[in-house]
Amino acid sequence: MATPFREILRTKSFVVTTEVGPDKGSNVSKAIEHIGLLKDKVDGLNVTDNQSSVMRYPSLGTCLLIKEHGGEPVLQVTCRDRNRLAIQADLLFAYSRGISNVLCLTGDSIDVGDHKEAKQVFDLDSVQLIHLVHTLNSGKDMAGNELSGGIDFCIGTSASPSSDPLEPQLIKVEKKLKAGVSFIQTQAVYELDELKRFAEFVRKMDEEVKILAGIVPVIGVKMAAYMNENVPGIFIPQRLIDELAEAPKGTGVSKGIEISARMIRQLKEERICDGVHIMFIGREERVPEILEAAGLL
Amino acid sequence: MIIAERKPMEEIKQAMALYKKVLVAGCGTCVTVCWAGGEKEVGILASQLRLARSAEGNEIVTLEATVERQCEKEMVAELEDKVAEVEAVLSLACGSGVQVMAELFEDKPVFPAVNTTFIGMPQKEGLWVEMCGACGDCFLDRTGGICPMVRCAKGLLNGPCGGTRKGGKCEIDPDKDCAWVLVYRRLEKQGRLDLMRQYYTPKNFRAVKRPGRVQAAKA
Amino acid sequence: MNGRIIAFCCEHSAYPAADLAGKLGLHYPETLRIIRVPCAGRVDVIHMLRALEKGASAVLVLGCEDGACHHITGNIRARERVKHCDMLLREIGIDGRPVVMFNLSPNAPHKFVKAANEITKIIKESREAR
Repeated sequence: MATPFREILRTKSFVVTTEVGPDKGSNVSKAIEHIGLLKDKVDGLNVTDNQSSVMRYPSLGTCLLIKEHGGEPVLQVTCRDRNRLAIQADLLFAYSRGISNVLCLTGDSIDVGDHKEAKQVFDLDSVQLIHLVHTLNSGKDMAGNELSGGIDFCIGTSASPSSDPLEPQLIKVEKKLKAGVSFIQTQAVYELDELKRFAEFVRKMDEEVKILAGIVPVIGVKMAAYMNENVPGIFIPQRLIDELAEAPKGTGVSKGIEISARMIRQLKEERICDGVHIMFIGREERVPEILEAAGLL
Repeated sequence: MIIAERKPMEEIKQAMALYKKVLVAGCGTCVTVCWAGGEKEVGILASQLRLARSAEGNEIVTLEATVERQCEKEMVAELEDKVAEVEAVLSLACGSGVQVMAELFEDKPVFPAVNTTFIGMPQKEGLWVEMCGACGDCFLDRTGGICPMVRCAKGLLNGPCGGTRKGGKCEIDPDKDCAWVLVYRRLEKQGRLDLMRQYYTPKNFRAVKRPGRVQAAKA
Repeated sequence: MNGRIIAFCCEHSAYPAADLAGKLGLHYPETLRIIRVPCAGRVDVIHMLRALEKGASAVLVLGCEDGACHHITGNIRARERVKHCDMLLREIGIDGRPVVMFNLSPNAPHKFVKAANEITKIIKESREAR
């Protein structure tokens, strides 16, 4: 059985997590394949919750699969699709089935997804969601009713260290830290100095919380330009784009992996953060190559 | 004020297809100010309808009338004679006005000619923006007078999401400001950023029990 | 339709220009009907629509040259309204009955005639196109 994530956070000097993206449909064979490939190579497997507001197999269902196959799941929960009743019920269910890590997120807007006319919920925001998990952990629901059978989640959240302006973002992080989280997974970072400053800010407020840097390999100049243009909170510096441009045709993915591995090594050697969260969307099967190149296997 | 915008012409034409004599009824308050359903818009829409139907060889007769406030029965009652003359009413009032018209003249079909969109203000000539969601639990004292419930695309209460674009624009629309960056800037100017650092508990989304009712305190 | 062209003429420019054209014996289409207005900016969308409803084939709005409006911005407003009216007509699928604006000065009778000929040409062309 996998080591509980909370234990990992407490004991391991450099934590590594990655993601399993659920498929669209009830055929979960690809997810199972990725779980099998990754579960023993990383400390935790995040499952996205209708990522980018695109309807898929649920985060909860995929977390159960991870559990069944002996991995350590991190349940991503967003505030977009469920109100406070549904979120609490899902969390009770998750815990009863051995899922004990939750990543509390706001969630993307409905407008970016594939069901653009759906009603956005946002009954809660991510800070309130963190408080909610603590409330459930204390044996009560949000309305103050006693729960039969307690729960005990290890709580994480996200942050964007490259936001512009950064100050309002940091105020939000401050509220999340005050609410109480054990780990923060950041948005993809490419400028390590930004992450350094962010980590200093966080550690001044909370020495215990673990910071996992978001790693998204960039596999080509086009992708870099697209992300810089369209993905808020992400900034890919020109020198990385130049490096990608110089890579021979057809070697973009390998180059992206190489750059990511180099960043991970530096993060680890310089103790900039406590670990990494690798997001290689659609290329989960190549995550082990990053781990290997970064010396994490 | 209440902001509305005229429905697509095709939809209006289709709604009127069965009728040969209709009353086009405007409202002299909010929808007049937002150029959607005042006397002027009534005249233009009626004229468009007549021109369109005439081109089809299927003439329509239109009566035109605009009352001060179509959301008040007493004012709509003035239209009794005109309504009696027509087969249907095409109302350019907000959703409230359409319903008052429909309630007062129960035997006549009433069709909305505008979509009521939000409570807002004019930002510049011909452009209106949403300001208030009528949540029944006003929060503006804590956000420097900027409502994150409607001016933030996700209605967040405790600060921005992670999607703020460069320069403080909204994740989903670079033409719109991130409400939380606006709140931050205003509170910073006022030296009241502590308000933004406070944690706000989940909102009471049932402050107004639908359908809403407000009883004024008697003097 | 009665084939008429309704020309709303600003009394500070187009109207004296039309007057001059008459005095000089210049020819312009006999279907043109002149309506004297205090400013092109006085002509509202509803006036243009009503002219068409009453059977006009086309509407001309004639105002002062750019920067020379007697009422400063009347000609600019008129141009916006003409544009708006054009949109309203397209919305109901009415084409071939143009609403057009021209700017001219009071001492430009030839330009007045040119505008009248121009819109006659537009009507003819759009009729042939259909």
